[in-house]
Amino acid sequence: MADRMLPAQFADLEPFAPKWCLGSERERFAARMASTMAEIQTFYDAITPRAEEAIAYCDQFPLDELHLMHLLYSMIMVSYPVECWGQPQVPDTGSVYLDLVAEPVP
Amino acid sequence: MSRYPKPPEGSWTAHYGLGTAPVSYEDSISPEFYELERKAVFERAWLNVGRVEQLPRSGSYFTKELAVARTSVVVVRGQDGEIRAFHNICRHRGNKLVWTDFPRQETAGACRQFVCKYHGWRYDLDGTLSFVQQEEEFFDLDKSDFGLVPVHCEVWEGFIFVNLAREPAQSLKEFLGPMITALEGYPFHLMTERWFYRGPVAANWKLYMDAFQEFYHAPVLHARQAPAEWSVPAQRAGFEAPYYKIEGPHRVVSTAGIRPWELKEEQRKPMEAVTHSGLFGPWEKPDLPAMPPGLNPSKADPWGLDSFQIWPNFVILIWGQGWYLTYHYWPTAFNAHVFEGTLYFVPARTPRERIAHEMSATAFKEFGLQDANTLEATQTMLESRAVSRFPLMDQEVLCRHLHQVAVEWVNDYQVEKEGAEV
Repeated sequence: MADRMLPAQFADLEPFAPKWCLGSERERFAARMASTMAEIQTFYDAITPRAEEAIAYCDQFPLDELHLMHLLYSMIMVSYPVECWGQPQVPDTGSVYLDLVAEPVP
Repeated sequence: MSRYPKPPEGSWTAHYGLGTAPVSYEDSISPEFYELERKAVFERAWLNVGRVEQLPRSGSYFTKELAVARTSVVVVRGQDGEIRAFHNICRHRGNKLVWTDFPRQETAGACRQFVCKYHGWRYDLDGTLSFVQQEEEFFDLDKSDFGLVPVHCEVWEGFIFVNLAREPAQSLKEFLGPMITALEGYPFHLMTERWFYRGPVAANWKLYMDAFQEFYHAPVLHARQAPAEWSVPAQRAGFEAPYYKIEGPHRVVSTAGIRPWELKEEQRKPMEAVTHSGLFGPWEKPDLPAMPPGLNPSKADPWGLDSFQIWPNFVILIWGQGWYLTYHYWPTAFNAHVFEGTLYFVPARTPRERIAHEMSATAFKEFGLQDANTLEATQTMLESRAVSRFPLMDQEVLCRHLHQVAVEWVNDYQVEKEGAEV
């Protein structure tokens, strides 16, 4: 598969890559807010058991802009809806936003 | 029953002589008070506008919008390496000198000189007016009289401060005082991995300072950030800090920490175990030089954090897990301000470390959103003036102090002004 985004050993996560391999927090937060809990839960359930293997894989290389890293950042982003809130948005935060204006790359 | 010893007076509030009566929040809801505060506080106190790492070389600059003082300043590193600040205004016809696309937005970059977009007047990095377009058509124009208007600017531990007073009453170090300067030697310069959050908040700036200078709210407002196995007992126990200190207009709170890796699995958010990280920071601390003596004054083990509330609107919060963050609260109206939160880590050396940082930063935003929205709910109801006396408990001692300092500075300013008019 020529346009594969993830290493072959993570082929099972490939279906999530186009949506969740996002290079900025702004995009990841927006993807979370634009998703249903069913979509979020499916992604979370798929990646969490593979997280340690994925981190270990990334750790073989110097810090770089790997799609797999971005997928792990998205895993962290969706962990709050799954583990705490039961909804994409932080409860009772209807009228505020907090933009991440500058973040480390990768 | 207190978990930690209180001062001999029986409470921190009595120890610092702040009175124990209910307080009014008139200082946070009055447009008239805000107008006085702008001049009495923000045009006289030292204000942190950034760090030296934002100006890596000669010609590096950034602008800072100071709506509260109705000005914008440009901060620049000169050819001589010195950092200077100027009012961001061209001396010709008053155009904002440095901006990009949107005149009211902050900008940053590097240049050899500043060129006004309007008529091309040029200024050296030290503020000297160096070129006037069609100079011969002006009338007796002496360029040396038309340099940029300087703003007092001093640097402490890499933090750049400005002071808009004609002559500041104190040097920066005198203003900070020994409680704050006890932080000297902390390895701020090693923590250059920076996460900069910003958002508008529909509340007086002091109300958000209050939210981050007491932790009485934490087990309640943030209860759902942790599993019930943790949050229910935490809420039952309530929060106590082992140490508060007040010195001049500044405040410190120090807290005990936890060792999340020693908790039972069901007491932790599962992603913390996956990433070895959380709100308090990565589980694995970076190698750091010895800490300055001013930190962890209660010798808590584990130590949570020390939060240095630097008058008026700047906070340096040092985490026991080896990183720090800053808060800035920039007023834009009596009932609105812009909040900035900036996280600083020793740069990640590996993907695993970077992922731990990502977890802490993500947690920071989840908490910050909860805090910020609550403030709008507070501001709107305070403005109803349906209630004007609010009881504060001992863990809210720093909130009590902040509002008293604001009133004192405004009173002092009015007395001085009246004295000057007599």
